[in-house]
Amino acid sequence: MITWIKAGTLIDPERGAVKKRDLIVEKGKISKILPHGNFKAENRRVQVIDATNKLVAPGLIDMHTHLREPGEEYKETIASGGRSGIAGGFTSLACMPNTTPPNDSRSVTEFILEQAKRSGLCNIYPIAAITLGQQGKRLTEFGDLKDAGAVALSDDGLPVTDSELMRRALEYAAYHGLTVISHAEDRALSRGGVMHEGVVSTLIGLPGIPAASEEIMIWREICLADLTRCPVHIAHVSTAGSVELIRRAKEAQIPVTAETAPHYFSLDHNEVFGFKTNAKINPPLRTREDVEAIQKGLAEDVIDAIATDHAPHSPLEKEVEFDRAAFGAIGLETALPLTLALVRNGTLELPQAIKKLSTNPASILGISGGSLGVGDSADLVIIDPESEYQLEEGDILSKSKNSPFIGKTMKGRNDLTMISGKVVWERHGKYSRR
Amino acid sequence: MEIQVREFSHKDLLGMGQMSCEDIELVLDTAKSLTEISTRDIKKVPTLRGKAVINFFQEPSTRTRTSFEIAGKRLSADTFGLSATTSSMVKGETLIDTGRNLQAMNPDIIVLRHSSSGAPHLLAKHVKAGVINAGDGINEHPTQALLDLFTIREKKGRIKGLKVVIIGDIAHSRVARSDIIGLTKMGADVTVAGPPTMIPLGVEAFGVKVVHNPQEAVREKDVIMLLRIQLERQSKTLFPGVREYASFFGLGRDALKKAKKDVIVMHPGPINRGVEMTSEVADSPCSVILDQVANGVAVRMAILYLLIGGAGQ
Repeated sequence: MITWIKAGTLIDPERGAVKKRDLIVEKGKISKILPHGNFKAENRRVQVIDATNKLVAPGLIDMHTHLREPGEEYKETIASGGRSGIAGGFTSLACMPNTTPPNDSRSVTEFILEQAKRSGLCNIYPIAAITLGQQGKRLTEFGDLKDAGAVALSDDGLPVTDSELMRRALEYAAYHGLTVISHAEDRALSRGGVMHEGVVSTLIGLPGIPAASEEIMIWREICLADLTRCPVHIAHVSTAGSVELIRRAKEAQIPVTAETAPHYFSLDHNEVFGFKTNAKINPPLRTREDVEAIQKGLAEDVIDAIATDHAPHSPLEKEVEFDRAAFGAIGLETALPLTLALVRNGTLELPQAIKKLSTNPASILGISGGSLGVGDSADLVIIDPESEYQLEEGDILSKSKNSPFIGKTMKGRNDLTMISGKVVWERHGKYSRR
Repeated sequence: MEIQVREFSHKDLLGMGQMSCEDIELVLDTAKSLTEISTRDIKKVPTLRGKAVINFFQEPSTRTRTSFEIAGKRLSADTFGLSATTSSMVKGETLIDTGRNLQAMNPDIIVLRHSSSGAPHLLAKHVKAGVINAGDGINEHPTQALLDLFTIREKKGRIKGLKVVIIGDIAHSRVARSDIIGLTKMGADVTVAGPPTMIPLGVEAFGVKVVHNPQEAVREKDVIMLLRIQLERQSKTLFPGVREYASFFGLGRDALKKAKKDVIVMHPGPINRGVEMTSEVADSPCSVILDQVANGVAVRMAILYLLIGGAGQ
């Protein structure tokens, strides 16, 4: 059987948007791309998916997800996170190692991949810890972890403070072809802080996290990348200063890449008013100026990727006093509409947006995906760019509901997700089949 | 007893931010009419008979807690005390659960002192009883601000146009935050002073001036408010030590001379003698620290009355 995706607007991150194309999927791969009207089904059995007035794009790839399994399955599992992912348009998720136990050994990496296989939803790519137990003392066995299936390394949330150790991690990871992802935070400077340090923290009396705590650490990572000529990837960039540091590093040909998360280009620290714990995120929501700088950084390709930093937490961690609440927000189901908002406001071109959600994460991690050419695996999404809706808690498929966007209006959403030629998720079940 | 019938339309008192100028004036006027009760032989009126007030203090407090106890009792409310060590919070109960359990016993008011900014706001969302913020983290301490405003108005006859300086750890003081909001709302001209480590980023957003040096900041002021230096908490990084703080930022008699002749000196207590100010200043005629404590009872009586006394009358 073949699948005929009819009359959609094809978003090719490299070649731009092309209207009215028919995609033919055979044996899990894209076999033909034709102008609409040129395909004849003849006598073969054909599954038809009408994509008229829809966008057809490569499946989104989230390079920064927390799936909580093993250890905190009440917040999220690999299966529930996978479901949330495919609903949001993601065909691949790279999951961070801060589980219990942390992913610092072959056995945990293999367990994650085993669970992913069992759930059979998204492609799951484990990110392993840089140091044992994320303790910042001894390196994990990078080679063995890679052999087990890890695609990158990070001590996310507990950044490596020892600069010599970080230097060695970059050098040794480069040998194994693993990307090192830095959660940049000077934890001495951010200690005790629960939101961005600025006018709002002053007005409502919450201890602040200065922008400098992120920027100091980003500058260190840039210096180490320059020293070793080994690549480093900066996670969840949130400040204007950080964008500037990365811009200069790239101009100086230092091997650095960077991601930001949708909340950093959509929301600012005013969200915290009323002590709303769903707006408690690390790094924190910054100022309006930072939000604008992040948008500009994306537009000018200083920031390569958009990642969700999907961080599920239950009411146990969120319905408490603000300073006791856990940091983090879910993001898999809102990343696409929030990024499309940047296309509508003229910040990003549509292919550029998809590139940051798909192609660039794939190339930074060295995994497949991110393109829609003949011969590519049919990992794709069909997006309705005009669908407008209010985000309701009840619509969220993630086990956790800690989104600062609940109640806000979203525009554009994923209608159908296909992985290896198989429809794994569709919003309405309305696509005709023959 | 003469009570003016003006509208006070709040369920809770969470912060000075929620209070309009009219609200503040109503509290101060009501407090004024209630001060006389505390001077009687029998210091009790039946106004809040049958009402239940829970004083839930998750953090240590002498002044505020006693003041609320006395205020409730003088109005004949039944008052109950709860502290962190005697509450189920030591057994790991969440604030919301504690609140729901207290609510099940149907109190009229829960007075909450808590180490987390925003804790009373969270509690107020989950209980039917009125919630009074008796100090939350480094956010607000509205009843302290109201008693400070009361004291200033009592001593100066007005608040509008007065020049007030607040000296000390502005960044980590809930008293400062509430006082700044209340004073600026009522039209006072507010300056904050202290070492840069204690002045929060963007404090000008409150409509205050920053003059770091207290010797300069007290010039021509009508009111000097000193804040407690939390020796137990902040001595590590905010200043090198008590001796240094006292000599550069403590208030002595010489500095006091630069202020207006009829200046008043205030402090929310407990004072560190020889640190925030010399004993000489603390015991001088310009010190109104004990008036603040006395007024605290009347102001808290007024707040209890306005929140739960008016209904159904």
